[in-house]
Amino acid sequence: MEKITFEQLQEDIFHEKMTNGLEVFILPKKGFNKSFATFTTKYGSIDNRFIPLGKEDYAKVPDGIAHFLEHKLFEKEDGDVFQQFSKQGASANAFTSFTRTAYLFSSTADFDLNLKTLIDFVQDPYFSEKTVEKEKGIIGQEIKMYDDNPDWRLYFGTIENMYHNHPVKIDIAGTVETIAEITKDLLYECYETFYHPSNMLLFIVGPVEPEEIMEKIRNNQDGKEFQPPQEIKRQFETEPSDVAMKDRTLHMSVQTPKIMLGIKSPDPDLSGQELLKKELTVSILLEMLLGKSSPIHEELYMNGLIDQTFSYDFTQEAGFGFALIGGDTKHPDELTAKLKQILFEAKTGKGISEESMKRVIKKRIGLFLRSLNSPEYIANQFTRYAFNDMNLFDVVPVLEQIEFKDVKATTEKLIDEKFITVCQVLPK
Amino acid sequence: MGISLDTIKKNPGYSVHIVKTAQYKTNTLVLKMKAPLKHETATYRSLLPYILQSNTATYKSTPLLRSYLDELYGASFYVDVAKKGEYQIISFVLEIANEKFLHNSEPLLEKGIAFLADVLFNPNKDGESFDVATFNNEKRSLQQRIQSIYDDKMRYATTRLVEVMCDDEPYGIDASGDVESLGSITKESLYSYYKKALLEDEMDVYVIGDINEVEVHKLIDQHFKLPNREPVRMKSEQKKVSEVKEKIEEMDVKQGKLNIGYRTHIVYGDPEYYALQVFNGIFGGFSHSKLFINVREKASLAYYAASRLESHKGLLMVMSGIESANYDQAVNIIHEQMNDMKQGNFTDEELSQTKAVIKNQLLETVDSARGLVEILYHNVVSGYAVSLEEWLKKTEAITKEEIVAVAQKVELDTIYFMKGTEV
Repeated sequence: MEKITFEQLQEDIFHEKMTNGLEVFILPKKGFNKSFATFTTKYGSIDNRFIPLGKEDYAKVPDGIAHFLEHKLFEKEDGDVFQQFSKQGASANAFTSFTRTAYLFSSTADFDLNLKTLIDFVQDPYFSEKTVEKEKGIIGQEIKMYDDNPDWRLYFGTIENMYHNHPVKIDIAGTVETIAEITKDLLYECYETFYHPSNMLLFIVGPVEPEEIMEKIRNNQDGKEFQPPQEIKRQFETEPSDVAMKDRTLHMSVQTPKIMLGIKSPDPDLSGQELLKKELTVSILLEMLLGKSSPIHEELYMNGLIDQTFSYDFTQEAGFGFALIGGDTKHPDELTAKLKQILFEAKTGKGISEESMKRVIKKRIGLFLRSLNSPEYIANQFTRYAFNDMNLFDVVPVLEQIEFKDVKATTEKLIDEKFITVCQVLPK
Repeated sequence: MGISLDTIKKNPGYSVHIVKTAQYKTNTLVLKMKAPLKHETATYRSLLPYILQSNTATYKSTPLLRSYLDELYGASFYVDVAKKGEYQIISFVLEIANEKFLHNSEPLLEKGIAFLADVLFNPNKDGESFDVATFNNEKRSLQQRIQSIYDDKMRYATTRLVEVMCDDEPYGIDASGDVESLGSITKESLYSYYKKALLEDEMDVYVIGDINEVEVHKLIDQHFKLPNREPVRMKSEQKKVSEVKEKIEEMDVKQGKLNIGYRTHIVYGDPEYYALQVFNGIFGGFSHSKLFINVREKASLAYYAASRLESHKGLLMVMSGIESANYDQAVNIIHEQMNDMKQGNFTDEELSQTKAVIKNQLLETVDSARGLVEILYHNVVSGYAVSLEEWLKKTEAITKEEIVAVAQKVELDTIYFMKGTEV
């Protein structure tokens, strides 16, 4: 077990790689009631074409299967794992993203027992035809719930606009039609391929004794049999750098129109420190231009083009990345035109300066400190960073390294008509 | 177990609540203003905090104000308007880094307290009215915010249930206000309402973090000067149900939204309140509850099927999203679960499971400074001082008989269904 210390933040992290390949991290947090653990596989909605374990050829699986598997893993021959966590006073949950499926619980008592429940249920699947069919009704309603949500439709509409082929454009839950194709055998095939310990990470944060917990995890893993680790082969079609569609309009039952402008990242294959720096640099650029302390935000607000729902974000992982900017507006076309103008003018230096960059960096450091209050944030983000060969605790040092010329270079490369798309939701 | 309690000091015009804890890397300041929920003032109270947070006489524009917060290591500052029972509560929340984790130590907490006082007492005004541009923009923004409730149909269905169920009670008023009243508010009338609220609202200041209590009191005393007042106390009216209402509305949705409201006749501070919490936990509060198991897991009708309590008004509300064609089946299953509760058809295991989860939930809530403030503020709203230990102890001791007694008091009031147009 190794100990990694982050002086300024007054935090220690304990790390060990198990013999079966599972990565385990423990962050002790004194003074908290709650312990929190996430058990995550590097497997999400985009992993739909791969060589199944023990086979030789690529296979394509139905849209939404990673999310479906997440639901079904909770059900066992003798009942539901939610029940067991409740009996042990814990609250359990799970989520599926583009690139990850995470299982988690939080508890304020019986941590060891709950941790064992978490590890054992994820490592012991039970799928049957009957329960798979039953789940189609439940997930069908989950899909319809999102179909009625204009913000979700706008979000996926924008991503669909950006990508020609990349599976990031597919809704994480799939559609009622695609989940109809899911069978128990397909679930087992995905499970065997992606839930090998060497493709997974366990993160624990809370008032715990690291040595003791690590020993228990070691014993638990040594008592189970796994195939030798094997490299997972995923396949993605070639993705052109330009956007697939310049614009799209959805009509829904809303009173206020919504728009979202997307910028497709031109270099989506970065990883490690390079990726971290890129993410932070674009975030700083957006904050400088569009944040509440910018004169541009004030102008948009004063002119009635935006309201409190206006937001912007940049995210990138292996293979895809995008900035999203938008919100509710009474003037969708005018706001679209104005946002494009702001972005292109930023290339000439308008709206950005070294001084405002320094202020924004200071703000980001404060934001990062604040987010360390949240065990959920630490566990989820640490895992996301680790799967992309980054370290969450490098955020502050990398922020401090960013120079104005980095921001200018990033702006120059990112802002290009061929990477920009717009989606609108308008009243019917 | 670190269960934090607040020490309360009564100052002229307001109370100061302090929780000293080393748990967080930030300090949290919350200011709460409370007044009865009334149709005449609801929209004023909904608009006011957004004007105050936009700018002040010191920071005359939003960019200036927000740049100042950025300089304070990205202090987070936001406002919120909510109802608790038949009160409408305005919150100002400032979260600021604790200087001990930063290279260049600045007196951030002191600056934070001074900033909050500036927002509250020193608005950007023009004589006896708010700055015209700020006023017009926030008015427009609030109108969009009110309209956006309609755009999110899950939320809109919840709002409609409360409107139908409490149509002749203050609780039926939405805390965001309404577009019609908004139209009649002027920058002068809002300013005079602001002066009145400063004189009459019940005010509470919370400071949570690794702080020096003596120093914090000194700073608060220095920056927050208010006259004494006698806050208005309201006891939520407990209405008997004379006839069950059923309201079905057609809307352009792919999924029907089913919302059911009950009256429990029990509020926070009542002796039966703890049993009511456990009742709700067995019935629909969690993923081991009867609603989740029977509506979702067994019948496969829904993705969400849950219930929650409004503790200060004594309401129980069920929500679920279903195929419109399955309305009767879903309503029947929900009725059966309620009948089982009334007849005591639940196991000792369901009881102990629910107690364990409630305990866990309470302890988790106080792990965040914001959650802690919300728990502590229940005492201000209800007028009863309940400590977290007491809450946990009383929950642990609840018996099956007490839950059945609570279940017997629960009355079905309104079934609201937002039905898809496709069926």
